[in-house]
Amino acid sequence: MISAIRRYLYTGSALILCTLCIFLCSCGQNHGNEDNAGDEKITRESEKITIGLSQIGSESDWRIASTESVKAAFSSSEGYNLIFDDAQQKQENQLKAIREFIDQGVDYIILDPIVETGWDSVLSEAKEAGIPVIVYDRLIEVDDDSLYACWIGSDFKLEGERACVWLEEYLKSSGISRNINIVDIQGTLGASAQIGRTAALEEAVLKNKNWKIIARDTGDFTTAKGMEVMNDMLEKYGSDINVVYAENDNMAYGAIEALENRGYKVGLDVDEGEFLVLSFDSTHNGLQLTLDGKIAVNVECNPLYGPRLTEMINALEAGIPVEKETYIEEEQFSGVSYIGTIQVRNRPYTVTYLTDEIISDRQY
Amino acid sequence: MKTWNKIKSWPLFLPVLALLLVMAVNIIHDAATGVNPLSFFMISLRNTTTNGTILYGRIIDIINRGSEVAILAIGMTLVVSASAGTDISVGSVMSLCASFMCMMLAGYGVSSTTTLAVPLVIGLLCAMVMGLVCGAFNGTLVAHLSIQPMVATLILYSAARAIGLLLCNDLIVYVRNPSFAFIGAFLGPIPTPIIITAICIIVVSLVLKKTALGMYIQSVGINARASRIAGLNSKLLIFLAYLLCGLFASIAGIVASSRITSADSNNIGLYLEMDAILSVALGGNSLGGGKFNLAGSIVGAYTIQAITTTLYALGVSSIQAPVYKAIIVIIIVVIEAPPFKDFLRKQSAARAAKGVRA
Repeated sequence: MISAIRRYLYTGSALILCTLCIFLCSCGQNHGNEDNAGDEKITRESEKITIGLSQIGSESDWRIASTESVKAAFSSSEGYNLIFDDAQQKQENQLKAIREFIDQGVDYIILDPIVETGWDSVLSEAKEAGIPVIVYDRLIEVDDDSLYACWIGSDFKLEGERACVWLEEYLKSSGISRNINIVDIQGTLGASAQIGRTAALEEAVLKNKNWKIIARDTGDFTTAKGMEVMNDMLEKYGSDINVVYAENDNMAYGAIEALENRGYKVGLDVDEGEFLVLSFDSTHNGLQLTLDGKIAVNVECNPLYGPRLTEMINALEAGIPVEKETYIEEEQFSGVSYIGTIQVRNRPYTVTYLTDEIISDRQY
Repeated sequence: MKTWNKIKSWPLFLPVLALLLVMAVNIIHDAATGVNPLSFFMISLRNTTTNGTILYGRIIDIINRGSEVAILAIGMTLVVSASAGTDISVGSVMSLCASFMCMMLAGYGVSSTTTLAVPLVIGLLCAMVMGLVCGAFNGTLVAHLSIQPMVATLILYSAARAIGLLLCNDLIVYVRNPSFAFIGAFLGPIPTPIIITAICIIVVSLVLKKTALGMYIQSVGINARASRIAGLNSKLLIFLAYLLCGLFASIAGIVASSRITSADSNNIGLYLEMDAILSVALGGNSLGGGKFNLAGSIVGAYTIQAITTTLYALGVSSIQAPVYKAIIVIIIVVIEAPPFKDFLRKQSAARAAKGVRA
């Protein structure tokens, strides 16, 4: 008998709890809808700007630094209310997240798309709801450009050009005029970073008659694959190779390991049979290798999107038109002190001479 | 003719033949391009500044790079034999063990270090213990809860890599310490992974030869119920197979991570479970469990690597390589398939009969 009463009590309290929850949720929902309508401008301005951020995942140090930067820029102390969603490498998760942001009635959606295609329908929904979408890092391909407000990202081709021009300058200033055999360890084929960086190298080879790409293969942006590809290139070409053009730091690291394991020297003296390594991204590990003189020049791929995204949002908030596509500023590092600036696309770029302090001061 | 028949009935005949055929492609290619036909097989000594004198050549490359798959194939063979199922978690477990080890060696949250936080031995033991824990988890699910092996190991297949990332605080942990790098580098002139693989193979084959363990595992695989009635502890034996598989996965993880002196949780051991299963199949073992041939699996593992290296040598880009790899694997599997063997036998019998009549 007592147990029966107890059971009723339990069921009863559970029911009450459920009702309470539903009630509270629906209250929240109503509140959100009123907010979305935004008919009272004064209350809105005193409120925080709500931003929905859909981001790819945490597959590399670079990505983590990027996420940290955006999170810091849109912290609540800065006057923002950030709803963060980690898509864990899946587009479905990103589509779901964006639809949730629309339901929640956020003010802006920031998207780092995992792939270029398949965004049309979800972005139309955002447009219908009147929420501006800012895309950063990777590109998207949509039929209607007005589906997103703007895009900020890296100019990968420029990065490649900066590395190649540096190599030209270096060879010129050290009086090396021999034939230069280059191997290209490419990123994941089809990734925009790979396409841009490979294209820049191809153009540079056309421009410099004594340069030649003798081998190329993809290292998938990973250390292990970079090492494997380098090993095979060494089996085939051995010390015929002069320059290793590694399309990111992880692969450069793998290639350097492979070279050193097989007794080849990595450095700057091409005439003495040393392998000159060019790399990209400027991660902590990559810069350490650059400081050690193993990577000749390292072009940054800046992950710190936070400040630029804030600028964009401020401009959109104030009603100032923003450029559709802008590139983020990037640096370039080297352990060679005497090449201070290089000219690329008729614009000077500084090559920073690397020191321990610079590495320890960097945020990633 | 008699010796030929003897060779043909040797259980390793087909796996070895497949391996030799793959290698033969290189002879033809080298001869056709005008290089020394045997250049693929040349082994030379090379002086290096960092590692002293080392062995050099494509064959060394195959044995060296095939190490991880060969080590995994040992454990996979036992699992397949005992439980008539495959352990698809080995690649992820490799990654987890490597991440755990590098986290211990570098200290939590550190992304790059040259000094070890704990002695190397502790790090290695941690990796192996992690491997044993994973193996025990899989083993318990399969042996004691009778969950189908593929479903049971699917749990760690998807979770282990993520746990590894958590342990490494979402970072790629670099341990650039010579004593750690040594495992993936050279011992004297020989690459260390080759030696580690050799030790694993020798220990396991000694255990299987000197004890009845191999026979027990096979009998459990053929009929678990009958074995139990005959007095074997079937559950324990299946559990043991998974435990060992986990241990070997951890050793493979140690080798893979030492090669790149870092724990790249997202990429270590990626898709290697498939290569391990394939090497068991290429070795002429039935994936239906029961009788197994360890040497066959190991030959299978090196065959896979030989295919990869051959494709590189032929200048096939690594993006297209899987297509050719698939074609070669299909051919090998068809040659080794029982119906095909029967067909050949019937053909030769018919020819013999014709000969008699004439």
